[in-house]
Amino acid sequence: MVRSIQRIVVPFQIGSNSMVSFILRRILVSILILIAASFLMYMLVAYSVDPLADLRSSNNPNKEALISARVQLLHLDVAPPLRWALWLGGAAKCLIPFANACDLGSTISNAQVTDILPQALGSTVQLVTLALVLAVVLGISIGIITALRQYSGLDNTMTFISFFLYSLPAFLVAVLLKEFVALGFNNFLADPVISWYWLVIIGVLIGAIFQSLVGGDRRRRLIVFASVGGATFLLLWLMSATGWFLTPGLGPVAMIILIGGIALGATALMAGLQNRKALITASINGAIGIIAYFAIQPPLNISSVATVAILAIITLAVGLVSGWLVGGYDRGQNMRVGAVPAVPSSSATLIDRFMQSWSQYLQDTNGRPIATVGSSTPNLDGDIWVTGLDTFTHLLLPTIALLLISFASYTRYSRAGMLEVLNQDYIRTARAKGLPERTVIVRHAFRNVLIPITTLVAFDVGALLGGAIITERVFAIPGMGFLFSAGLSRGDLNPVMGYFVVIAIMAILFNFLADLAYASLDPRVRVR
Amino acid sequence: MTINNEPIVTDEPTIESKAPESQGRIIFRRFMGNKMAVTSVILVVFIILFSISAIGVGPIHGWWKYTYTELNDQVNQGAPSLEHPFGQDRIGKDYFALVMRGIQNSFIVMIVLGGIASVVGVVVGAVAGYYRGFVDALLMRITDVFIVIPALVIGSVVGHWAGGLGAPLLAIMLGFFSWMGIARLVRGEFLSLREREFVEAARVAGASDRRIIFKHILPNAAGVVIVSTTLIMASAILLETALSFLGYGIKAPDVSLGLLISQNESAFQTRPWLFWWPGLFIVALALLVNFVGDGLRDAFDPRHRRFKLRQMQEELPESGDERA
Repeated sequence: MVRSIQRIVVPFQIGSNSMVSFILRRILVSILILIAASFLMYMLVAYSVDPLADLRSSNNPNKEALISARVQLLHLDVAPPLRWALWLGGAAKCLIPFANACDLGSTISNAQVTDILPQALGSTVQLVTLALVLAVVLGISIGIITALRQYSGLDNTMTFISFFLYSLPAFLVAVLLKEFVALGFNNFLADPVISWYWLVIIGVLIGAIFQSLVGGDRRRRLIVFASVGGATFLLLWLMSATGWFLTPGLGPVAMIILIGGIALGATALMAGLQNRKALITASINGAIGIIAYFAIQPPLNISSVATVAILAIITLAVGLVSGWLVGGYDRGQNMRVGAVPAVPSSSATLIDRFMQSWSQYLQDTNGRPIATVGSSTPNLDGDIWVTGLDTFTHLLLPTIALLLISFASYTRYSRAGMLEVLNQDYIRTARAKGLPERTVIVRHAFRNVLIPITTLVAFDVGALLGGAIITERVFAIPGMGFLFSAGLSRGDLNPVMGYFVVIAIMAILFNFLADLAYASLDPRVRVR
Repeated sequence: MTINNEPIVTDEPTIESKAPESQGRIIFRRFMGNKMAVTSVILVVFIILFSISAIGVGPIHGWWKYTYTELNDQVNQGAPSLEHPFGQDRIGKDYFALVMRGIQNSFIVMIVLGGIASVVGVVVGAVAGYYRGFVDALLMRITDVFIVIPALVIGSVVGHWAGGLGAPLLAIMLGFFSWMGIARLVRGEFLSLREREFVEAARVAGASDRRIIFKHILPNAAGVVIVSTTLIMASAILLETALSFLGYGIKAPDVSLGLLISQNESAFQTRPWLFWWPGLFIVALALLVNFVGDGLRDAFDPRHRRFKLRQMQEELPESGDERA
């Protein structure tokens, strides 16, 4: 582990002198790398595009005047290396704090790059956030489950699936999602009845997945398979028969079951069910969640984003405080048990509220809700629930596409990391002490797996903020990747360089943060 | 008390009784024991030979009766038929020939890009790791400069520039921007191998630096190079098809599997086969090459693989975000 980082000289503690000099040196080197990389990029782009192509082929009578105006605007009469120096001079002004003198040049159509960058970055952040969070959560959970069931059917299937996902081009995923999921689901909504053979197929599939998750002997697996498969079959049949897909909702009964399940599951995972205090905390919070579900409906109808955020903070606070009040020998654990289930149960409440607006939204979109292009329906007005649904249906497919692509690597990393950690001596020690398996896995193994994963997430955030060039292209989302590819196709140098500056800074910054996180989480790592 | 005078018979041959195997043979035998990897090698070779023999190379004609450029009459409204097993595109070109040409181009990009990336990466990494000090620092900062730009971004720019020049030139250009991973890995290997006794012995015997680097150290670092080159090849297939899909890779009238998909994206509802065949072959080629790389990795390093984040990042196939 130490050797793999390859920076072994001076030990440091955060705040010490060597740490400061390490950071300063690192920043200096990063700036030099950034300048060199921008030169490379500038030369490559400047010599490969022709910003005057559209004017040369135009039949406009004042073609000459237009050409000379553009040459003036973009300094095209200056040789590219010197033009790069001009550009760098403008970009360097961004470093002056609060002067607002940032100048990244203008586009072909005379818009300032500094004006269009924030919009594009906003769209991209909106697009990648959910995909990244889901990929990390799902990837790590599946990676750990497959490591615990190494060489089982589930493990082998997931290994194959992750290889398959590695080999799947992003554009293929995106186009397939567009053609199958969007059109298929929209067509299905026209007549939302699931035919019986689909019910059987889905039931068998879900049952098969769950029996492999549970493991154990054949009898236990058969019981799980039959009960989960049968329940899925019944549930889908009910949903189909009652027209649930047109007027969906969780309803009080489902909410009570759901919140109860979440509270129990979180306790089992984080503290163990035999921990009475934790169980009490979880039950209190579950009860509060259910009461809140009924109490909160009228205010939610007239809510804005801000009120929802305030409610979320209150929910977390209630979880933490109730955990502290219940007390016991480990208050910190109780507070976590109180706060963590608060998040999924309040999200369930929100999802339920969104679902109540579904039929309204269906009417607004003529019964074809899942969008394939853009990031919002034009001329749609409604409360935050309808516009929220609109964002959801637009981001659903690109998010799935990004999720499928990045999820595989998290599965592989966390599986490999878990297997590695489980072979360590301290795990054997923990087992030998007689700790319950839950504690061994969650407290001793899982936390150590998270250290390298943290750095992986940091890299990924940096890379994803650069936008998903292909996904944004296929789904016509005006994000960073779109800015880049549109600029390149038009021969527009300055937006391409603006894009580059953002992604390069992100890459260097998050790489740096990853190293710092690693060094502070893992005391064995030393920096030079 | 009885004394057992019989000699002890074991199934395992003693060390002396068996001729020692060379390192290469051991690795080869291990690789051949991996059914998945061997099947993948056979399938990749078969697909490539099939595509070359079907439509031929350059002026030489293959056994298939159509070429990828000629326009034919529409048979069965372009749907797959006995005459055109993969169907025809909108203007009547035989889709089998088009797909075969796309496979050939993917193959060219894979080999050329992988070759150039590994040669440049090995030279940079070897020089940096062997000489250390200032040379190392300089070369590694240059590597950092190249690494800052994501593969797809630099690929788009380079492809925009060199895409119209055909697959080999595009692959050469892309190769010069794909060597950074290998260079870092090779440098790491060299840093540790150069301290070993056999290098010391070679130096005492008066071997030149070039001889030590290429004859003594490099063969010991071959595993890392071969494995990561194979994985770079798999991602090269995906990079080329993605670039061609975006319009920065191989351009019409030449054919790429990615370009075929982007040309026929709008026809998905009416002529789905125009979409399925290229998609199938991209996934099949990339998947098979990934399996080969995985098999090679197991063959070179059968011990329990220690979990090292940095190393895994460079050895694993292109991580998702680069392709997004």
